[in-house]
Amino acid sequence: MAAALLPEETPHGAAMIGWRTLFHKEILRFWKVGFQTVGAPVLTAILYLLVFGHVLEGRVRVFGDVSYTAFLIPGLVMMGVLQNAFANSSSSLIQSKIMGNLVFLLLTPLSHWHWFFAYVASSIVRGMVVGLGVLVVTFWFAGPSFVAPLWILVFGVLGAALMGVLGLIAGLWAEKFDQLAVFQNFIIMPMTFLSGVFYSIKSLPPFWQLVSHLNPFFYMIDGFRYGFFGQSDVSPWLSLAIVGTAMVAASAAAIHLLRIGYKIRS
Amino acid sequence: MSAISFQSVSKSYPSPRSPNKPFLALDRVDLQIERGEFFGLLGPNGAGKTTMISILAGLSRANAGTVSVLGSDVVTDFAQARRKLGIVPQELVFDPFFNVREALRFQSGYFGIRNNDAWIDELLHSLGLTDKASSNTRQLSGGMKRRMLVAQALVHRPPVIVLDEPTAGVDVELRQTLWQFIAKLNRQGHTVLLTTHYLEEAEALCGRIAMLKSGRIVALDSTSELLKAASSNVLRFKVDAELPPALAEKARVTGRIVQIPANDAREIEAYLAAVREAGLLAHDVEIRKADLEDVFVQVMAKHPDGVADTAA
Repeated sequence: MAAALLPEETPHGAAMIGWRTLFHKEILRFWKVGFQTVGAPVLTAILYLLVFGHVLEGRVRVFGDVSYTAFLIPGLVMMGVLQNAFANSSSSLIQSKIMGNLVFLLLTPLSHWHWFFAYVASSIVRGMVVGLGVLVVTFWFAGPSFVAPLWILVFGVLGAALMGVLGLIAGLWAEKFDQLAVFQNFIIMPMTFLSGVFYSIKSLPPFWQLVSHLNPFFYMIDGFRYGFFGQSDVSPWLSLAIVGTAMVAASAAAIHLLRIGYKIRS
Repeated sequence: MSAISFQSVSKSYPSPRSPNKPFLALDRVDLQIERGEFFGLLGPNGAGKTTMISILAGLSRANAGTVSVLGSDVVTDFAQARRKLGIVPQELVFDPFFNVREALRFQSGYFGIRNNDAWIDELLHSLGLTDKASSNTRQLSGGMKRRMLVAQALVHRPPVIVLDEPTAGVDVELRQTLWQFIAKLNRQGHTVLLTTHYLEEAEALCGRIAMLKSGRIVALDSTSELLKAASSNVLRFKVDAELPPALAEKARVTGRIVQIPANDAREIEAYLAAVREAGLLAHDVEIRKADLEDVFVQVMAKHPDGVADTAA
């Protein structure tokens, strides 16, 4: 009777084990420095909540029956999800490149698809962990409702995935930590801040409302918030279409860069 | 089927200083390394040794030619090729997030191997790293990091092992340990490709040697044949002043030590006479057999621009 091949003995089985190993390694990497990667973003979110909530509670009402503090929470959760999903893949790649240990991965049989799925999936996990952490802690201050939880999940995962892909591209492109800092501080942060986390874009003058509509982060946060309050500035379906399209385009770019070994294989 | 096969491989890099003239790192290199060989790749810095290894490993891509490992093309069949290869890189790189055992487990997993702890333990033991298994790789000394790199290259038991200057900057005791370990692997059937600047090491370990200069192979033969082809003896002595030009161009001078290849007693006598006639006094005169370093220097001198002899 012929013995069945163990998964690692077939090329396909070995490949599956391969990408899952990279996935686990990327998760363990951020988990090992949990204070920095999860604890710090959660604390930052609490601080924003305390400061802005204290200043603006009672003065600003965005959605009629919702307190400002409650309104703020989904935005802060999403900010944590997006910024940390980006940070996970980007910082991992640039550190490995600069320290030189990326060579250990480059010598493996892992294909560009494996790299893509492992880095993006681990970024989603990091984003979700931080998001959940922020939600659990801020829930004590003001409980937002959960009108349409499925939208929360969809935008949470899709947003984290998109940022994971963008982080992958940034991590491949940057050659110095400083270049990555440019990406993070001059692009990612302003775009998250100016996307309606702290306010409704309807409160902006018409020109700035239009500019906000060009910001993809706006759609992620708006759709995410819809899942909590059943109210949003634009239809969640429109937001889903835009974020989905952005995800497809960014993924195609990232997979292409990985396939040609952009800046990692000469 | 060769263990490693380079067929007409060329590689050039863009040169920032002269954009129209890229730097040719490898020029139509042909090389076949057979299974079970212990092969040495020698050459000065910039000759193209690391480029050859990078192309083999998939870190770089050749501009022309094909490279394969035990029949698997390193580009079109890269997954299979890389499974058959274990590469020990030159630089002491490490991942500061993980300890030794974690790093080796991950490396095993990338190659699709689960539950590799028994083999990992054996590797750690052979390389003297057992009590460092739980240490963060950042905390290892240079020598231990070097041994760690060897362990990482072997977790998936590759039939072909490539070592890029494995004993550079390593103390004598560790060098001996590594040599013995690698030689044992070769006796067990692994094909070994070694690049090194330590010619004593190449002479001791390698059965066949290729010498690379400016991207071309300028010598390729068994070690014993290479040694036979060079002048059989070397006249070695010390002088306190500069040699006359006629002698100086034949000799290798290192400080006060002069080494001149000499084929027979007549040549030895002639050189010593020339020293005396120049009014110099030779100390510590010695006649020794030619070693690989002498061969290397002679070969490199014979091919100033890396142009190979017309060979069959």
